[in-house]
Amino acid sequence: MKAWLPTLLRLAVLALLVVFITSPGWFEPLLKPLTENGAPAIYNQGSLLTLTLQHLRTVLIATVAATTVAVALAILVTRPAGAEFLPLSRSLVNIGQTFPPVAVLALAVPAVGFGEKPTLIALFLYGLLPIFENALTALTTLPGNVMEAARGAGMTGWQRLMKVELPLSTPVILGGIRLSVVISLATATIGSTVAAKTLGEVIIAGLISNNLAYVLQGGLIVAALAVLIYDGLSAIERYAARRMGQGGE
Amino acid sequence: MIEIEGITKRYDETTVVDNVSMVIEPRTIATIVGTSGSGKTTLLRMINRLVEPTSGVIKLDGADNRSLPGYQLRRSIGYAIQGHGLFPHRTVAQNIATVPLLLGWDRDRIKARVDELMTLYQLDPQAYGPRYPHELSGGQQQRVGVARALAAEPNVLLMDEPFGALDPIIRTKAQEDLLAIQKRFGTTIILVTHDMEEAVHLGDKIAVMDAGKLVQYAKPAEILARPASGFVETLVGASERPFRLLSLGHVRDAVEPGGAEGEAIPGDATQRDALAELLWSGRPALPVKGADGRLIGRVTVEGLVKRAARPQ
Repeated sequence: MKAWLPTLLRLAVLALLVVFITSPGWFEPLLKPLTENGAPAIYNQGSLLTLTLQHLRTVLIATVAATTVAVALAILVTRPAGAEFLPLSRSLVNIGQTFPPVAVLALAVPAVGFGEKPTLIALFLYGLLPIFENALTALTTLPGNVMEAARGAGMTGWQRLMKVELPLSTPVILGGIRLSVVISLATATIGSTVAAKTLGEVIIAGLISNNLAYVLQGGLIVAALAVLIYDGLSAIERYAARRMGQGGE
Repeated sequence: MIEIEGITKRYDETTVVDNVSMVIEPRTIATIVGTSGSGKTTLLRMINRLVEPTSGVIKLDGADNRSLPGYQLRRSIGYAIQGHGLFPHRTVAQNIATVPLLLGWDRDRIKARVDELMTLYQLDPQAYGPRYPHELSGGQQQRVGVARALAAEPNVLLMDEPFGALDPIIRTKAQEDLLAIQKRFGTTIILVTHDMEEAVHLGDKIAVMDAGKLVQYAKPAEILARPASGFVETLVGASERPFRLLSLGHVRDAVEPGGAEGEAIPGDATQRDALAELLWSGRPALPVKGADGRLIGRVTVEGLVKRAARPQ
């Protein structure tokens, strides 16, 4: 019975989340005490469902782009031909991480205008490092005798990459993507300061009108999304690791 | 036939393999022995061009091994390494099918070959084929590693301390399996080991390497009887020499006429086993039976001791 509890809990959170973003009106009595002067308890300047989907879309686009670039970069610098770019690419990606996302937003707005684009740029740059680091670690710590066997069997460089190196690196790369997604989910909220349609809109509206109910619902939806997605990706990661015979649980 | 002609490998100023020449006859096993850092593994890896030599030529059945791209050459040569190096994300059957897949064999042929090899290695294809390597014992993993190396029916099999990670009992079994399979397929095998016992047991010829140089390349009896240098003598182990010499001969070759008391020893056992049995049981002679179970004579302590003496 015990083993069912976490799954049950997750399903409950998921159900609650879905009900909340589709029919937030039902929860009005719960949030009402948090408002003052008869302000609305449920965000009323847009549908929570639409905002959630747009939030997820922004994170998805940024993560897919960051994953593509980071993994490609990691592959490139672990080939013999690209080895000399290893330090350079490391520092470039590190810069992406030290740059505060707010600063990226501020710099990107004059260049690409308001809206989703500057947010995507900030999330993309922010998501690169964890994926790149993990991909690099995975690709440089592959078991030596497995790689030796792959070469000895007569695989070409490309075949070794596709058939051995990437499959074996998958669990660790997935770990990087998971970190990156969770960071992006949270960071995307500040995109609303430059008019991106994300759940940050709800939080910012709450802050401006001093409406705690708004801040809370915006924050809770983002938190629930982060927890569920983190869990889901962890499960995929464990499955992949088990397939590789790397223990798991 | 493998002809190694004046092969040298240098890394910067360090010479790892120094002007080695040797010929390995087809359908025989050559073992390369030496201490760590003697260059034996590098020499092996130059045959399938995992390492490119600085100078010299290696010919396989008369053709320079540089006449094909490296990866194509390696598909035609079996390669088994210590710790097996199985692909952990592929099933046993997929692991064994690696090279046939690369060569583009059709599915039925691959399946037939995989089943044949697994049966040969006493692994039920139905039960073990779909398993992953980490679900197997060390001995089974090692067998899959050798089966994978043999999958594409290579004429040449290179083995780099393939039994190094096995416990003694499984190791002996693995060696017997290898000898049986070598006989069956007629594969030319080059096996690198640091264990003189293994080298003597498996090798039709033994190459002894020290500091990159080939010190001696000869039949096991020759190496035991006439070591070319102090190094070879140390490697052979002075106190083990007579027993190793006996381990090369079969009981049936030491049979004398006459009978003896007690249980008979089979004629294809080694003379070393016979001597051990004689000493342990405290008897002066043992009856010997042939392959058909009939008594063919006896072996005596005296006779065996004579055979253990340094050949003149």
